Amino acid sequence: MTVTRTLVAAAAMALPLAASASGDVNIYSYRQAYLIEPLLKAFEKETGIDTNVVFAKKGLAERLEREGRNSPADVVMTVDISRLNELVERDLVQGVESPVLEENIPEHLRNPDGKWFALTTRARLIFTSKDRVKEGEITTYEQLADDKWEGRICTRSGKHPYNIALFSSMIAHHGEEWTEQWLQDVKDNLARKPQGGDRDQIKAIAEGVCDVSIGNSYYYGNMLQDENQRPIAEKVRLVFPNADGRGTHINISGIAMTKSAPNRENAVKLMEFLSSPEAQRIYAEANTEYPANPAVKPSGLVAEWGDIHPDSLPLQTIAENREKAVKLVDRVDYDGE
Amino acid sequence: MTETTAVADPGPTQPLLSGRTSRRWIVAATVITAIVALPVLSVIFLAFFPEENIWPHLIDTTLPRYLVTTLKLMIGVGALTLVIGLSSAWAVTMCEFPGRRFFEWAMLLPFAVPAYVIAYVYTSLLDYAGPVQRGLREWFGWQNASDYWFPEIRSLEGAMLMLGLVLYPYVYLLARAAFLEQSPSLFAVSRSLGHSALSTFFRVVLPIARPAVAVGLSLVLMETLNDFGTVDFFAVQTLTAGLFDTWMNLGNLGGAAQIATTMLVFVVILVSLERHSRRRQQQFAARDNRDPIRRFTMSFPRQMVCLAVCALPVIFGFIIPAGTLGLYAWEYFEESWNPDFVENTLNSLLLSGSAAFTTLVIGVILAYSRRLHNTRGMQVLLRLSSLGYAMPGAVLAVGVIVPLAGFDNWLDGLLRDSVGISSGLLLSGTAFALVFAYTVRFLAVSAGSVESALQNVTPSMDMAARSMGHTPGKTLLRVHLPMLRGTLLTAALVVFVDCMKELPATLILRPFNFETLATYVYQFASDERLFHSALPSLIIVLAGIVPIILMSRSISNTRAMT
Repeated sequence: MTVTRTLVAAAAMALPLAASASGDVNIYSYRQAYLIEPLLKAFEKETGIDTNVVFAKKGLAERLEREGRNSPADVVMTVDISRLNELVERDLVQGVESPVLEENIPEHLRNPDGKWFALTTRARLIFTSKDRVKEGEITTYEQLADDKWEGRICTRSGKHPYNIALFSSMIAHHGEEWTEQWLQDVKDNLARKPQGGDRDQIKAIAEGVCDVSIGNSYYYGNMLQDENQRPIAEKVRLVFPNADGRGTHINISGIAMTKSAPNRENAVKLMEFLSSPEAQRIYAEANTEYPANPAVKPSGLVAEWGDIHPDSLPLQTIAENREKAVKLVDRVDYDGE
Repeated sequence: MTETTAVADPGPTQPLLSGRTSRRWIVAATVITAIVALPVLSVIFLAFFPEENIWPHLIDTTLPRYLVTTLKLMIGVGALTLVIGLSSAWAVTMCEFPGRRFFEWAMLLPFAVPAYVIAYVYTSLLDYAGPVQRGLREWFGWQNASDYWFPEIRSLEGAMLMLGLVLYPYVYLLARAAFLEQSPSLFAVSRSLGHSALSTFFRVVLPIARPAVAVGLSLVLMETLNDFGTVDFFAVQTLTAGLFDTWMNLGNLGGAAQIATTMLVFVVILVSLERHSRRRQQQFAARDNRDPIRRFTMSFPRQMVCLAVCALPVIFGFIIPAGTLGLYAWEYFEESWNPDFVENTLNSLLLSGSAAFTTLVIGVILAYSRRLHNTRGMQVLLRLSSLGYAMPGAVLAVGVIVPLAGFDNWLDGLLRDSVGISSGLLLSGTAFALVFAYTVRFLAVSAGSVESALQNVTPSMDMAARSMGHTPGKTLLRVHLPMLRGTLLTAALVVFVDCMKELPATLILRPFNFETLATYVYQFASDERLFHSALPSLIIVLAGIVPIILMSRSISNTRAMT
């Protein structure tokens, strides 16, 4: 029992009791802390402003909402347009007016009222087996429903935000009814029940489980950068779907300022810094994403894949179709046996 | 010295057990329960305000499948943990075989491995590119996946196995403690009346151990019901999947809270059924420590069976996963080593230690209050305080934020209005919030084990102590706590290790720049970088082992102690 007592005493002394420090900038992040760490280090070095992070994949919006006007959080960093949109809809963020941000981030990659700004974009690509699928054999998302791919497609869960966003864009382009049939056909073409992450689908192609998969661009980039996974990634070819038509579906990662931000000035500085060429280059190199700032080129590796022609569908529309897409996935029982 | 009575009707509360001084216990128990129940009540409250009615859509589409999968998973994991937990606890307690003393504590090792970690490890071992299938392909000359059949680890059956392997220690621990506290003479009497060892086990030993085993099993089933990491990774669609889908994808927290509340009701019904079925039994066994357990001496083949019964779960639940993590950690050491590990480990240990202590103290107060006043009201209080365990961690975390932030903002508003000072957030986003969340979540573990152990202490002990002038508090300190030392340590150990592994609530509630080992592992695992998470995963496992060994020693020493 004495051991426990000592532990409690030590805990009382050692654990941080203050929730935040002022004069810093406090971040609620849906992105992994280690992914944004190099950026924050560079920011601290340049400005001398310290950054504090809480990372979680769910629940931070609820925490922010309940903490209300006393919340220590200044900014929220997240992936997926729907999450950013949700922050706006729940009235948890405020508009930011900054000539720097408006200069760095193109209009279609930010909220008209400055309530969120994209920092990177990522394309949802089709991956094919170099051995078993000829170049040019599949060039659009629509073709995933063709009978010729029966038993040859792998994807992660249809409920994953990245897939939901893709399906939302299909709804925007083709309507709900058409998309439901399309999704049903894609499901019928699956080689196995949806599982794992985007990397696992690329692995499955290398293993011969399937010939075609859907995945975000940077997963492939990260695999190429990892010595042990490169041989797997090299068995797979990447396709920018609908490149000759409406363009490839993209999603964003972004940042928004909380309504209650106690360190408003610092928060603006951080947002501006993250959109600057210096920070955008770090994003591009470290996680092989596409910089949102058009002045910055993608990393060498990503540039090798060729130019991207992104779908010009407004991101807002994708966010608005989310609920329809989720229910559609349930209706066709996409994740079922 | 041994007295075992099966009483058909417990009868009125013994007058000696109540009294004026013990009214304080009622007040304490009520206040504690009120505080501990707040997060669960918050979730139930949220359930009244859904964004939209989710049920028609759910019932039309996924709900039937979610329900069937959830039930199958619970039955599978329940059966597996019962078989492994009971057989190994019995072998270790009652049979003499080589390595018995080692397995007394080694059976607990898989408990240190978080379910999500074991799932990652076995997937990397058993999937197509893993060493097992690669070896088979080289051996038989198969070319690719279409040349042969191999069981899919990412399946319902796979999830049952993974959860069963890391959860059986709940049953093992509680069953063993119960076996140790049983009087050996009972067994001897049964045998002398012509029952075989097996029949004695089922007709005497197990019924007496049943309250403890039921507690262990209900913990297993609740963990199974709430697990998200493993089932999500294996694409097994349980109710929890539907809950998070409603919350995250449909943005309907109220709807998610409704599903959580439904699951809660389901658990309450399950637990009540079990209790109802043994309502007519009440056993008191005064332990006789001077009568040591005489273990069976067995033939060599039977010894080997015992050895296998104990060794297999440890090999599959611990040695293989820990060994694999060790290999990966070695390979990726340069990229994974981080000086923050020391701090993260310290955070984990301190938080888990504080939570284990708090949970134990509260568990004892609640269970003992119920012993003093075995009324319907006290029973309800005890059940209420244990509900936190029946909710997924992330949902409970939201339930914790609601009252804490509510209190903070209320106090802040009050101070701003009256003296113009802002107190800001005092409790939300602090280590306190984490310890509070752990306590709420794991109180079921300690209160349940203490309660079931207290039930086995004959009330004549209390009466003797009280008639000699001890207050209820003194009786607890000088009679019950020393007698239950083993159970108390067991309860604290389980809570400690559970806290070390706790992930979803920690993620949401933690202070800025605060990592525990579990959250550190998660940021890599959640980004599909399993290899980088091997080293910190290994540290969680190792950090969990030390208390397991320490406490397991104390538990077996209680038997020798008089």
